Amino acid sequence: MQLFISQLLNGIGNGVVYASVALALVLIYKSTGILNFAQGEMALFATYLTWKFTEGDIPVVAAIALSAGIAFVAGALIERILIRPVESAHNPLNVVIVTLGMFLAINSLALLAFGTDPQKVPNVFPTDSFHIGDTNIQKETLGLIAVLIGECLLLWLLLQKTKVGLRLRAVASNPDSSRLVGINTGVMLMLGWGLAAALGAVAGSLVASTDTAFDASFMQIILVYAFAAAALGGFDSLVGAVVGGLVVGVADALAVEYVDALDGIPVVLPLALILVVLLVRPNGLFGSRTVERV
Amino acid sequence: MTERPLLELRAVEGGYGQVQVLRGVDVTVEEGKVVVILGANGAGKTTTLRAICGMVKAHGELRFDGQSLVGKPTQAIARMGIAHVPQGRGTFADLTVEDNLRLGATARRDNGIEADLARWYDAFPRLRDRRKQTAGSMSGGEQQMLALARAMMARPRLLLLDEPSLGLAPLVTRELFARLGELNTEEGLTVVVVEQNANLALDIGHWGYVLETGRIAVQGSAAELRENEAVRQAYLGF
Repeated sequence: MQLFISQLLNGIGNGVVYASVALALVLIYKSTGILNFAQGEMALFATYLTWKFTEGDIPVVAAIALSAGIAFVAGALIERILIRPVESAHNPLNVVIVTLGMFLAINSLALLAFGTDPQKVPNVFPTDSFHIGDTNIQKETLGLIAVLIGECLLLWLLLQKTKVGLRLRAVASNPDSSRLVGINTGVMLMLGWGLAAALGAVAGSLVASTDTAFDASFMQIILVYAFAAAALGGFDSLVGAVVGGLVVGVADALAVEYVDALDGIPVVLPLALILVVLLVRPNGLFGSRTVERV
Repeated sequence: MTERPLLELRAVEGGYGQVQVLRGVDVTVEEGKVVVILGANGAGKTTTLRAICGMVKAHGELRFDGQSLVGKPTQAIARMGIAHVPQGRGTFADLTVEDNLRLGATARRDNGIEADLARWYDAFPRLRDRRKQTAGSMSGGEQQMLALARAMMARPRLLLLDEPSLGLAPLVTRELFARLGELNTEEGLTVVVVEQNANLALDIGHWGYVLETGRIAVQGSAAELRENEAVRQAYLGF
């Protein structure tokens, strides 16, 4: 039982990270209808920036805020400069190819700029733990959960309580009508990409800070899990992304512990999950079915 | 003294890619009037409205209140005071009714938005009942009312309506046109309406155009069009 609970907590800790990255994926999918395969590598680059800033004696929290800000601007620029020119209603694959290209390019750029040595982002949260009964609870896990809750709250406030949020939702719902009421859809798309990039930067930096070290490949597996989370939640639901992330994290932690066959090949689980969701329930748990009414 | 028309199209050409739909359209819309555009499917009615809104590339002269619309992005044209209810109503289906209405006021900077919201809820009580529901969950008629109310939330100087009766029950269509007529007579709202239901449209219209293969074939006052043999046979059915 005690092992079960500690694995559960581990899973939630990981799930929070998957949820954050899935949130970023869903944010872009909702507004542009594309899957950003470069989401993980964008986060990787931002994580390197965080590390570089901390090397320059900037406190780690400030460093994360700084790189999230830079990621926001970079994300917006990527939408404007790389995505929008190739976007075509007739050929949605164009954008997918561009994001795949970015995946490779940003990874290589990161290696070129920051080298191949594993690096360490200083710990954001205390590394010790405390006990409730027999169960050992990592303070880091609680910290990650708090950050995810904070992110969700901010996103919810932005989307539901502000004019800009209403416009973001309008563009996601109906771009043509958005223009007809006077919304500059281009600005909203840039904003969506910027927000997603900033979310990714925070997620990447926090993972790197909880790990002993990170290298240029650390976001790739996380991205696979985030895809599974987003698929499970239904690609266009922010709530779904969070729930999906937590479910994937917990399922993975428990499977690794209790299913001997998965020992050593953990990524099989999210891939299998993606497959099952697509077969059984293509809209995921919270995704909207496209309903047309005349 | 001749007043400057609110909207003026001169020799407007335009279309989609290689396909030219408009082959020189001339339309004049005086302030405070309802102008009806009739025509067969494919004649270019919808394209004409889309050209005004900058949703298709157009050449020629398009002027709104003296300002050229050519080359302007759709959102800028909307902000000049042109509200367009597109074919299929263009509601934000997965947003609530109230969100839809608030989005109508996107371009406004004044503080009369809440009052207008109350006003359109009074005008269309069904919308108030359903303000927390998603627009897509409503019937076609309710959505058309929502689309009209949303357009009015912008306090437009010119309202463009593309086939508002499409898919609506006759009774609902009648009510819709009655509302439009009221908006025109009571508030002087200028309207351009593309409509298959020529009878209803000409009832509230002052002036009408008949489009044929991208050109204006016939124009005249609503009364004149009713008398026109060709128009009667093709669009009025008697």
